Amino acid sequence: MAKFRFPAPWFVILPLLLLALWHFAVAGQWVAAGIIPSPEQVVRSWHTWIFGRSGGMMLSPYSGTWLDNVTYSSQRVLKGFALAAVVAIPLGLMIGWSRLAARLIDPTVQLFRPVPITAWLPFAIAVFGIYDASALFLIGLGAFYPIAVNTTHGVRDTNLLLLRAARMLGAGPITVLAKVVFPSALPSIFTGLRLGIGVAWTAVIVAEMIAVKSGLGYVLWDAYYVGRMDICVATMFSVGMLGFISDQVIVGIARLVLRWRTLEAHA
Amino acid sequence: MIELEGVRKEFIKGERRVLAIEDFSLNVAEREFVAILGPSGCGKSTLLNMVAGFDSPTRGTVRVDGDEIVDPSPRRCVVFQEPALFPWFSVMENVVFGPKTQGQKAADYRPRAEQILEQVGLRGFEGSYPAELSGGMRQRVGIARVLIMQPQVLLMDEPFGSLDAQTRMLMQELLLRVWERHHQTVLFITHDIEEALLLADRVCVMTARPGRIKKNIDVRIPRPRAIEVTTSPEFNALRREVLALIREESEQAAMVPVSR
Repeated sequence: MAKFRFPAPWFVILPLLLLALWHFAVAGQWVAAGIIPSPEQVVRSWHTWIFGRSGGMMLSPYSGTWLDNVTYSSQRVLKGFALAAVVAIPLGLMIGWSRLAARLIDPTVQLFRPVPITAWLPFAIAVFGIYDASALFLIGLGAFYPIAVNTTHGVRDTNLLLLRAARMLGAGPITVLAKVVFPSALPSIFTGLRLGIGVAWTAVIVAEMIAVKSGLGYVLWDAYYVGRMDICVATMFSVGMLGFISDQVIVGIARLVLRWRTLEAHA
Repeated sequence: MIELEGVRKEFIKGERRVLAIEDFSLNVAEREFVAILGPSGCGKSTLLNMVAGFDSPTRGTVRVDGDEIVDPSPRRCVVFQEPALFPWFSVMENVVFGPKTQGQKAADYRPRAEQILEQVGLRGFEGSYPAELSGGMRQRVGIARVLIMQPQVLLMDEPFGSLDAQTRMLMQELLLRVWERHHQTVLFITHDIEEALLLADRVCVMTARPGRIKKNIDVRIPRPRAIEVTTSPEFNALRREVLALIREESEQAAMVPVSR
């Protein structure tokens, strides 16, 4: 075990520079006054948004509603993403494993894949209405493609020698799939999940801007309409943070599950 | 035991047909250790894949114990050149993969696995993952997971080809010790003359592509053998004989363009 050392904080330099640039751009009125809020203002509004008293005759309708909206959006992402994973992983395994499944299913998947989820919006609203189902449909669909495609690739990349080894040791198709193909595809599946969660956050914002009336996407669009740019910026940061955290959770799980990949010879 | 009769194997590579093996016949008796020795590209591995059941001949028959081979089976186990271990399983999990898959009870295969790991010198590494092991150790796991199946036929496809010279020597000695105990029928593919002569009862020297048997050479060196026999005059005489045969073929192989 190497001694633990704090990593040199190189990564903070660029954000601090950007923050300073932002601050001076507003303070020095390099940008038209009133359009872009100062960092201080964003922090103040964000604080009220999170910790302010909600309801009542407050000046800001956003006061104290941050956690609620974060919860709405996160739940939608989680549900939609889970739905996508549950469908896409088995389907990807089938497409990668069976030539018949590939012929039957893959062309259709490839046909629909280029349709951007934003283009599905009117369809989703027409079919599911202005409800959660619309959002879940868009999130699920958006996350489905990268997970399915990467799972398929992972399966097809399985080393032929390992398949032969398993068969010669007496493994039938189910055992080969469960104990050889699936673990071998796992790194690729995790790549798909990481891409999928990114798409899921994009989809939730789009869906909430138009197809449902709650969540961070709804706040973002609403705040824009009433000219609350400070809230818009705070929302952007919030979404960014949540996206980062959810990605890191997947990375953490992957590191745990794929521990065998990071080991090194010590003999 | 193993009977190959008039075997021919063609591959289609794009537009071209490549004849890998032609008119190949070989009988391996029960408990015999046969090494197939030939220049690279002579179809040795193709031959072994057909006996393993990974591939089938274009013409001719491959039989083991009178039964024509259609599928891979635990009765004919292969040790590959790359160890081909399951990287997500520990050493122990790799070794017991076969018996476990066949539904044997842990109480039955566990002690056997421990015994075999002891024989191949991997005691204490049961919980390690393949990525943590050296090349020689990985190959020993590859041998252990095959030995536990108690196969009738052991097929070895240049199993020590990618190891350094020191490790290779140790592995050859290990194989001799293990084989002298278990005494299976072995078909051993190699391009290393010394290795073939050290290990086998009989060495089949193959021609350049298309592969045929050029000559069968009986190795009448008494067992148990140790690495030191490679310095005996008897051994050197055999080596000289095989070297001459191989040189002819290698020179021919170098003349013929080999498509890969």
